[in-house]
Amino acid sequence: MKHTAYKLFWAWEFEKEEKWLNEMSAKGFQLVAVGPFRYVFDDTIKEQYEYKLELLDNLPSSYKSVEYIRFLEETGVEHVGSMLRWAYFRKKASEGKFELYSDIDSKIKYYKRFIFLFLGISPLMIVNVINNFVAYTNHKLSINLIAGLFSVIMATLIGKGIFTINQKIQQLKKDKYIRE
Amino acid sequence: MGDNRDNMVLTEAVYYILLSLWQPLHGYGIMQNVMTLSDGRVNLAAGTLYGAINTMLEKGLIRSVESDENSRKKEYIITQSGKDAIQNELVRLKELIRNGENIIGGLEQ
Repeated sequence: MKHTAYKLFWAWEFEKEEKWLNEMSAKGFQLVAVGPFRYVFDDTIKEQYEYKLELLDNLPSSYKSVEYIRFLEETGVEHVGSMLRWAYFRKKASEGKFELYSDIDSKIKYYKRFIFLFLGISPLMIVNVINNFVAYTNHKLSINLIAGLFSVIMATLIGKGIFTINQKIQQLKKDKYIRE
Repeated sequence: MGDNRDNMVLTEAVYYILLSLWQPLHGYGIMQNVMTLSDGRVNLAAGTLYGAINTMLEKGLIRSVESDENSRKKEYIITQSGKDAIQNELVRLKELIRNGENIIGGLEQ
């Protein structure tokens, strides 16, 4: 039987999301499809899986991503589905620990993708905040106030995302002084 | 002196990928070969391998092999420049071992 669950994770909470998917898998619910905040589980699959999320370098439909996903599939990784820039992968738990990146350099390079993405969106949010507050002081329309506040919240979240991911990068860089 | 290539220190992953590609292999073949060579110690993750392959192709250390149309899997092989990199790395590794053994006097049992 298929079960649908709705849940919200922030972009930098992908490890929490993986943990949740792995716990569901251990309970007998295997993720088979993803949508916006939507997770479809199947409880008829006997196999237990380890799930991994990856923020792709390009959109899932792009040539580069298709080539990358095919490469992973050739190594025994299954592609469950994609959501925006996120791809959901899994491997049978019986085949041992599943990692997409195995050395510090490639992990740092991967985390930097988040920073670029977040930094790419943040000017948009800041411009949005300024525009709405300027409009509000001029016209006193509450819609501008609401939109402005919403943008402030979004900008704060993006800031938090950059901060969280940057901490991970700094920790890895410290490790790099003494090991690969 | 001064030639960057001569002083290039390879990562463990790149070193083992280059050694594996003395014969043509596809991605999964490389992972298995590295696992065998290192007695199960080095388990290359697929994402890391993909990134390494692309960088090594760009740097000309390896090249892709024209495969027959039946097989969709891309195969790779080491280039002369890759073989040179391995030679230099071997010299460097031997120096590391020599100095280590000289100072601590071999492995403790």
